[in-house]
Amino acid sequence: MDTEDLITNLAGRLEPVRRLRPPAVRALEWLAVVAALSALLILRYADLQVFRHRMGSPRVLLECIATLVTATTAIFASFELSVPGRSPRWAALPVVPFLVWLAASGLGCLQNGLGGSARESVHCFVFIAGVSVPLAGSLLAMLRRARPIATLPVAALGALGAAAAAAFILEFFHPFDVTVIDLALHLAAVGGVIAVLTVLRRPLLASASD
Amino acid sequence: MRAAQDGDRRAYERLLREVIPVVRAVARRVCAERRDLEEIVQETLLTVHRVRHTYDPERPFTPWLTAIASRRSIDALRRRRRITRHELSADESGRGTGAQPGVEGREAAVEAEADETSVEVAANKEMEGVRVAEELEALMRRLPARQREALEAVKLKEMSLAEAAAASGQSVGALKVNVHRALKRLRRMFQADG
Repeated sequence: MDTEDLITNLAGRLEPVRRLRPPAVRALEWLAVVAALSALLILRYADLQVFRHRMGSPRVLLECIATLVTATTAIFASFELSVPGRSPRWAALPVVPFLVWLAASGLGCLQNGLGGSARESVHCFVFIAGVSVPLAGSLLAMLRRARPIATLPVAALGALGAAAAAAFILEFFHPFDVTVIDLALHLAAVGGVIAVLTVLRRPLLASASD
Repeated sequence: MRAAQDGDRRAYERLLREVIPVVRAVARRVCAERRDLEEIVQETLLTVHRVRHTYDPERPFTPWLTAIASRRSIDALRRRRRITRHELSADESGRGTGAQPGVEGREAAVEAEADETSVEVAANKEMEGVRVAEELEALMRRLPARQREALEAVKLKEMSLAEAAAASGQSVGALKVNVHRALKRLRRMFQADG
């Protein structure tokens, strides 16, 4: 088809569209809904006394904050990059909090060694993977409205955000300090979520009309 | 663009024409292949149409447009490399599985191949690629127009169904049917032509 014909065709079919709200606003909306639902879940089922006791340790507190900041920054970055023309530097935003999260958890492993039960750690894996599914699903449903033209960073950052958010919620249901097996399984769950979403990014992020 | 988002067709048509030089400049910078330029321009225009709701009128238009043009140029570059690789591997497998009459025939073929300089090999591969492309083009010309359009858009230009529908004026359902029928007909024609 000739470019002139294409322009005439596209202009002839033009319909008014509803502008997408700014990515930061949409990210905040998603985070607000997830925060509200998580708060309900935590207040209903978590043992907050144990959580308060664990947060008495500066290392655990740092780990917890870094997990939350990783989730928040990765979510903001994925929304920003879902729209054309945003700086690719957004992708670097969660790197520092993610490294702090890893470092704080690693320090915990050094302190706690191999202790703890592998069975409990498996529960952590199932928790992160299981909670990530609805989080990632709702996130992708919002991200695909932008019909991202570069799907890889959007999917990878969105997956990191969803998995980190699940790991943060897990902190409220985690009665023991992190161990090597525990950290390995946490990372396996986060890595698994990122891998699955990255591989399936095209069908998952494609709009229904594509 | 703001007017286009509100449905002003005249403003949109003017905008699409005015962005072409910018898209060409981006395409030239990213993808050196001149023969792909027009295709990149068209695919960028289709993507602009598809994601026009993501443009924020409070922000500059050029970064939004160049991001789309860059992405479509990179896609074209990858596609070009993939096509070249496919042509080469098809040529290699053709050589590997080609019917040889016997040991003597195979030896003769090996000797003949050994005699080829790398330039000749490359030239032969290119000629073979051109020959296959010409054959395919000839067969595609025999397809009904709607089927040919659908196949070109969806399978050769790798457009999404929505983009192909916008480009061809066919509905998504009709496109799917036409692609399916075109492939079926091409397969029959290949078999008939041996």
